[in-house]
Amino acid sequence: MFDYKLLKSEELAVFKLRALYRSYGYLPFKMSKFEDYDLYARNKDFLVSDRVITFNDTDGRLLALKPDVTLSIIKNTKNTGDKQKVYYNENVYRVSGSTGQFKELLQTGIECIGNIDIADIFEVVLLASRSLSTVSEDYVLDISHMGIVTAALSEATSDKSLKKHIMQLIAEKNSHEISEICRQNGIPEDKADVLVSLSRMYGDRCTVLERLSRICPESAQSALLELRQLDSLLTSSGIGDSVRFDFSVVNNMKYYNGIVFKGFLSGICEGVLAGGEYDNLLESMRISSRGIGFALYLDLLVELDRPGSEYDVDVLLLYSQDCAPEMLVAKKAELIASGKSVYSSTEIPEKLTYRETIKLD
Amino acid sequence: MLNIALPKGRLGEKVYDILERAGYPCEAIKANGRKLIFENSEQGIRYFWVKPSDVSIYVERGAADIGIAGKDILLEYTPDVYELLDLKIGKCRMAVAAKKGFRDDGRKTLKVATKFVNITKKHYSGISRDIDIIKLNGSIELAPILGLSDVIVDIVETGSTLRENDLDVVETIVPISARLIANKASFKFKTKEIENLVQGVRLQIAEND
Repeated sequence: MFDYKLLKSEELAVFKLRALYRSYGYLPFKMSKFEDYDLYARNKDFLVSDRVITFNDTDGRLLALKPDVTLSIIKNTKNTGDKQKVYYNENVYRVSGSTGQFKELLQTGIECIGNIDIADIFEVVLLASRSLSTVSEDYVLDISHMGIVTAALSEATSDKSLKKHIMQLIAEKNSHEISEICRQNGIPEDKADVLVSLSRMYGDRCTVLERLSRICPESAQSALLELRQLDSLLTSSGIGDSVRFDFSVVNNMKYYNGIVFKGFLSGICEGVLAGGEYDNLLESMRISSRGIGFALYLDLLVELDRPGSEYDVDVLLLYSQDCAPEMLVAKKAELIASGKSVYSSTEIPEKLTYRETIKLD
Repeated sequence: MLNIALPKGRLGEKVYDILERAGYPCEAIKANGRKLIFENSEQGIRYFWVKPSDVSIYVERGAADIGIAGKDILLEYTPDVYELLDLKIGKCRMAVAAKKGFRDDGRKTLKVATKFVNITKKHYSGISRDIDIIKLNGSIELAPILGLSDVIVDIVETGSTLRENDLDVVETIVPISARLIANKASFKFKTKEIENLVQGVRLQIAEND
């Protein structure tokens, strides 16, 4: 007798997603809770927050409670080009933006590293979309391509901090400030127009591709082709309007170079899934492969939980001190067998809510 | 239903006027009273008044789909939201001010009094100037007069408060105005409604220009 209703949203999701990833040939990846702090110190910008819980191991080595899973998986990747497809369910330890304090967060996700091709990229995007639809049919997956955003930025300026600033404005869909910044920095109007257009470019895949083809920089034609191929594969797999293109999805260009994406579920006020292709990160870790993956932040799913029942238990079974234990045990077993939840006590508990009371003398 | 967070006060009233002209009226909002939430179910909108510095929190956390916040608040708290429009009202500037005749010779740590700690940090780290931030919650102009700080970083509208207190603007950090912001997730699921509202407001701003 297994009641699925007892599972919280995130527990149910873990259960279903494991089956989904397994069915696409992804293998489980289990890692240690701790990592050498050095791994994070070297790749600080890759982390969502640069604050990490550290401590010394018995031999004096500085260790950290892992704030991220991708780096650990890459660290264990052999530089042979062989394709590695893994999934994970792991706790990570990060500073929460709202409280400024460390929190334990449950993440699930996949990584695909090696000589990957468009079919692998499509598969990861498809799994991201299926991961969201597994939790709720009312979802949106927004896809962008860092190759196009970085090409447009490079054509406009070589100033690194200005590029970073404009990219932040693209992420905010802040077209009015992009125009202003470009004007102040003497960026030619045609180059500025491309950046403004990118910040406003979102919607169904077909419309965006058509608009994009008119402004896409020459140096990003291969990225445009990749988006076209992806769209065609998604369409032929019956993936409809929930998967869109939106160029306000951006990620650190030091690490991400290809397709990047972000997933949203109706009823949750922030993105619940994020991922992308991070060949630049692999290169910085001296691995000559391509890599793409995503993580789903399961802790956020708590907002989707159904309201709890009005009662904590169905039956409060009150028994007196004189009651024979055999009788109590038998009565409780009988009630449980009839599908009821039962709390037995000699006194009425203060905070418990119950549907009915049964007394045993 | 679109939930809209308006900043309490004069700016909020101006913003409401723009929204009303853009086709999103809600007569009840004009009645004087203590009510905080106003709904026009025909138009599918619900307005609520919140403290100006809280607008971005309501929007970032999804309690409001869109809101109107000053650029000062957005720069200070950097909420993860879309900034869709510059309303070009509530114009002022974030500036450094000091007592008349003050000169920063760079020989000692600069004492800066402000409400806007993050904007101040970013500005001075950008020019590699060592500073000591004194966080105050009001009457910032007092700080240099009483010798609590060398300079202040604050919003300057007309500059009359500064003049009355014998202070001068030393430099402008950034111009400020009211911005229309949207929750990122709301934008995904209420795209058409938000686009229509933004377009209506854009037309009104263009007319005002």
